[in-house]
Amino acid sequence: MMDKIILAGFGGQGVMFIGKVLAVAGMVADLEVCWIPSYGPEMRGGTANCSVILSDREIYSPVIDKADYGIVLNQPSYDKFLPRIKSGGTLVVNTSLVNLDTVRDDVNIIGLRATDLAYELGNANVANMVCLGALLPYLQLTDYAKVEKALEQVVGSNKKELLELNIAAVKKGMKRAVDN
Amino acid sequence: MVKKVLMKGNEIIAQAAIEAGCKLFFGYPITPSTEIIEYLAKHLPKAGGTVLQAEDEIGAISMCYGAAATGARVMTASSSPGISLKQEGLSYCAAAELPVVVVNVNRTGPGLGGLGPMQSDYFQSTKGGGHGDYRLLVLAPSKAQELYDLTMEAFDLADKYRNPVLLLTDGFLGQMMEPVELKPKPASPEFDRSWIVNGAKGRKKRIIASYALSNEVGEAINLHWEAKYKELKEKEQRWEEFYAGDADYLIVSYGTTARIAKSVVLNARRKGIKLGLIRPITLWPFPEKAFLPYKEKIKGAVTVELNTGQMIEDVKLALECKVPVHLYRRLGGMLPTEDEILAFVEKTFCPGLEEV
Repeated sequence: MMDKIILAGFGGQGVMFIGKVLAVAGMVADLEVCWIPSYGPEMRGGTANCSVILSDREIYSPVIDKADYGIVLNQPSYDKFLPRIKSGGTLVVNTSLVNLDTVRDDVNIIGLRATDLAYELGNANVANMVCLGALLPYLQLTDYAKVEKALEQVVGSNKKELLELNIAAVKKGMKRAVDN
Repeated sequence: MVKKVLMKGNEIIAQAAIEAGCKLFFGYPITPSTEIIEYLAKHLPKAGGTVLQAEDEIGAISMCYGAAATGARVMTASSSPGISLKQEGLSYCAAAELPVVVVNVNRTGPGLGGLGPMQSDYFQSTKGGGHGDYRLLVLAPSKAQELYDLTMEAFDLADKYRNPVLLLTDGFLGQMMEPVELKPKPASPEFDRSWIVNGAKGRKKRIIASYALSNEVGEAINLHWEAKYKELKEKEQRWEEFYAGDADYLIVSYGTTARIAKSVVLNARRKGIKLGLIRPITLWPFPEKAFLPYKEKIKGAVTVELNTGQMIEDVKLALECKVPVHLYRRLGGMLPTEDEILAFVEKTFCPGLEEV
């Protein structure tokens, strides 16, 4: 089994962070893991993207051509990565910043106003975690319990408030995905 | 078993250097290799070492020359344009037979190029980027654990052969995070230290230099180097085979592209095409021995490279041009997809199959 996930958004929206949380969640479950950032000119302005592979066997090619899952946090990322989702795949879209005029019938699009939902929690920066929560029910190789453990490691259990905020955001996203 | 940790390729190289007993690092930052100097600046001093950001790459490799002459374990790292600047120093290190470990996180070129991954420095790495008839031992890892293991071993190989060792990776491997087991370094054998310059008090003085004005002396030194390079060719060729045993066709690829090629091999096998892979781990010495059992047996080979065809020359030589060897390449920082490589293999070797 293998989950190939693409994450994209503006630099600063925490795209790499979602990837890191997913990768560490994979480590927690003793899976094979591969995390690849866009490190080129994107980092110096524009969109950032990151890909994560979780697998229960050795990962040969680390390169994702078509992804099973995706999260896009802004319009340019949506336009760029919608065609890169496999037929039958799932794409979580932050509709606070993305206009869903173009869709694909063969892709399960989960739209949620992640930035607004994050505002409700008091911090727009956790829109990334809201989206991660919305994707979680669809992933084969990880789940909420592993993500919670991963957040403890990545955020650090000494930063209690920040950790709780991130966990609340993931839960909010999960709930919204279920309501969808 | 040591618990696995998630680390970036560049950080893994840096941690492996510390574990291997590297005490001095001289470098100048350049994307996509910068995490190496960054990580070492933070962690090497805690291990009793020193990191110095030199005025430039030429300064850094020259500092490596001096430090290695004292018997210290020393490393420098850079990326393509920076590695070009180090070529003069590397030639001097090779001539003075100094064990220096150099990392090249290959980015695009020529010129200043871009930041994406390429394998465009294959010629520079394996055919002598600097002047003079020298060789570097060139190691090409393709995943996290191998980055760690080969970096540690690079120091032993450099000491064993008194030769600079180049670890050739690319921007993709440098930036990727994968789980790695940070194993303690296996014990090193005893190396001959009778040549180091560490103060001549109470012993005869030693000179480390590469200046040989007499042609007779010059030839004698060159013969000595030749013998060393022959020994390296005999003893240090390394490669990995993947479904090669019964293959009709072989992909030859190293580093990042070899990883993609493995997936291609599996996809091809599912379609009934007997495809295999030979992945050179040493690029110099090139693993000619790997091809011996196959040169009469296979029907053709494809090199998958991130350049316009560099390693293909060595593959043709190793196969003695007995079978057709083709090139599939992507350039400028782009990576090939599994599908496009397989489509090329099918089009080239099984033209009937596509229409089915």
